Amino acid sequence: MTNSVTKTATKSKRSTAELLSVMSSRLLEDGSILFAGVGIPLLAATLAQRMHAPHLTILFEGGVVGPYIESGKLPPSTNEARTSRMANMVPSSTDVMALLQRGYVDYGFMGGAQVDQYGNLNSSFIGDPASPKIRLPGSGGGNDIASLARMIVAMPHEKKRFVGKVDFVTSPGYLDGGTTRRDAGLITGSMHKVITDLCIMDFDEQTKRMRLEALHPGVEVADVLENTGFEPILPDKLDVTAPPTDEELRILNEIDPDGMYLN
Amino acid sequence: MTASSKVLGGTSYLDLRERLRSRDRGWREKVMSLSDAIGLVNDGDHMAIGGNTFSRTPFAAVWEVVRQKKKNLTVSRNITSSEGDLLLAGGCTEHYITSWFSQGIVWGVSKVMRHFMESGAVKYDEWSHMSIGMMYRAGALGLPFMPTRVMMGSDMARLVADDLKEMDCPYTGEKLTLLPALNPDVALIHVHRADAYGNAQYDGLPFMEADLALAADKVILTCEQIISNDRIRRAPDQTKIPFFAVEAVVELPYGCMPHECSGLYEPYYSHMDYYARLTREKGIEGANEYLQEYVYGPEDWNDFLNRLGFSGIIEATKAGRRLYSD
Repeated sequence: MTNSVTKTATKSKRSTAELLSVMSSRLLEDGSILFAGVGIPLLAATLAQRMHAPHLTILFEGGVVGPYIESGKLPPSTNEARTSRMANMVPSSTDVMALLQRGYVDYGFMGGAQVDQYGNLNSSFIGDPASPKIRLPGSGGGNDIASLARMIVAMPHEKKRFVGKVDFVTSPGYLDGGTTRRDAGLITGSMHKVITDLCIMDFDEQTKRMRLEALHPGVEVADVLENTGFEPILPDKLDVTAPPTDEELRILNEIDPDGMYLN
Repeated sequence: MTASSKVLGGTSYLDLRERLRSRDRGWREKVMSLSDAIGLVNDGDHMAIGGNTFSRTPFAAVWEVVRQKKKNLTVSRNITSSEGDLLLAGGCTEHYITSWFSQGIVWGVSKVMRHFMESGAVKYDEWSHMSIGMMYRAGALGLPFMPTRVMMGSDMARLVADDLKEMDCPYTGEKLTLLPALNPDVALIHVHRADAYGNAQYDGLPFMEADLALAADKVILTCEQIISNDRIRRAPDQTKIPFFAVEAVVELPYGCMPHECSGLYEPYYSHMDYYARLTREKGIEGANEYLQEYVYGPEDWNDFLNRLGFSGIIEATKAGRRLYSD
């Protein structure tokens, strides 16, 4: 008998999680400071540390600076004791968030239930907030991270998740595009990349609309358009990402052997 | 006057001072039973909960609040886990102030939270995680608000617009959000060690406790162990909550179960899986079943732990102690 969470999942859900984790991990530079949520962000950051970025420093909103994530002992939240094992520091939750405001954080990294063409994220309501179809858990630190850091977002590419306008802006992207984010008082932070199981996207410098940057191997532009609820900007030249390597997949599965997040 | 304006902002500083002045803050022993301690919580109070998600949750204290059928509480916590479900299903609260609400991300969205929040039966004021922390900090500092750079531009700001003001910085002209102070009537906090007077020490993640304890008018402390004042004085750097903030001290080993207490025990995961399954399959009926079996049913807290099961507690203890095993 071990003390763990029980999870099972389909094969396709697992391969989506693997792809998101691998593709995101490659964006994380050695020596950078990353504010990460649990799930894909945690897997990707830990994979990056094992692959090319041993001195990537992770921050968690519970109040952790530089945790050492043990393979097979993943924390089921960013707010519990497993995150503090072998960490460099455990400041208060308020103070770790304040590091974002002070400007110590290079990247914020999280997912969301919905994202729109300007990178706004929704993790609060599905449907009209006044009478919602689903009340979701809420922001947590999401609003703080998106308000203050350069954001990487990882999400499965589905039409219901990639929408023209989110039902509710929990974590601000570029709001209504153009200069509206800055005009609202958000003078730092930005949307950097969106990683999906089909492609990588970034944002147009002027309009701040989402732009296709690279396709994963075997994916066509039509696949992206079919699964996106708005028209992303299509650049003249599209890159193709390298597929996950055996080593990346092996390490990823070592990190999460029980499928806490891969499932 | 809306429920939220009663709690957030607008408290006069003199009233705030008077609320502390009128309480006996002298050097006195405060050890009492769980039921006497929770007797200090009044219907209609703003009750804040320490810990974070399922870590160092004062679960036994919340459990007793539900058993005593407290009513009309405003509850605040940085991130809310299954203890929030119990307060909702137990009919104890009409107003929640938090940044996130579900047992934990791996168990999905709480159907109990959805039941009460989607119908509007309970008001969910959603603030960002840092906002909650800064609101307690403003409260702890005796200031009416804390200027920050979050919540701006988002729909979250619109949702709590009655309680959230913006200003242009008088020095730089930059736009700032002014988060209103939170000064709870009472804070429930669980710690590793405390003396009989209420000097409290905790290990591991400090969460928002230090601010929360001083923001509140009084603290009800549960602890894994009561230690002597001499032992407190031998390590005063470890004392995070001063005795004069504390109104009650209750010794309750495993007082966070089925949640965790850093370095002592991990969550009782199979029980949390069980609870998630019960409420996922049966919704509010599942929560009511849980209340009967695990909250109203047990004779006392030890009986609750008995019902959780000894072998699972041992496994959680072994896993929890590994934190410092090498």
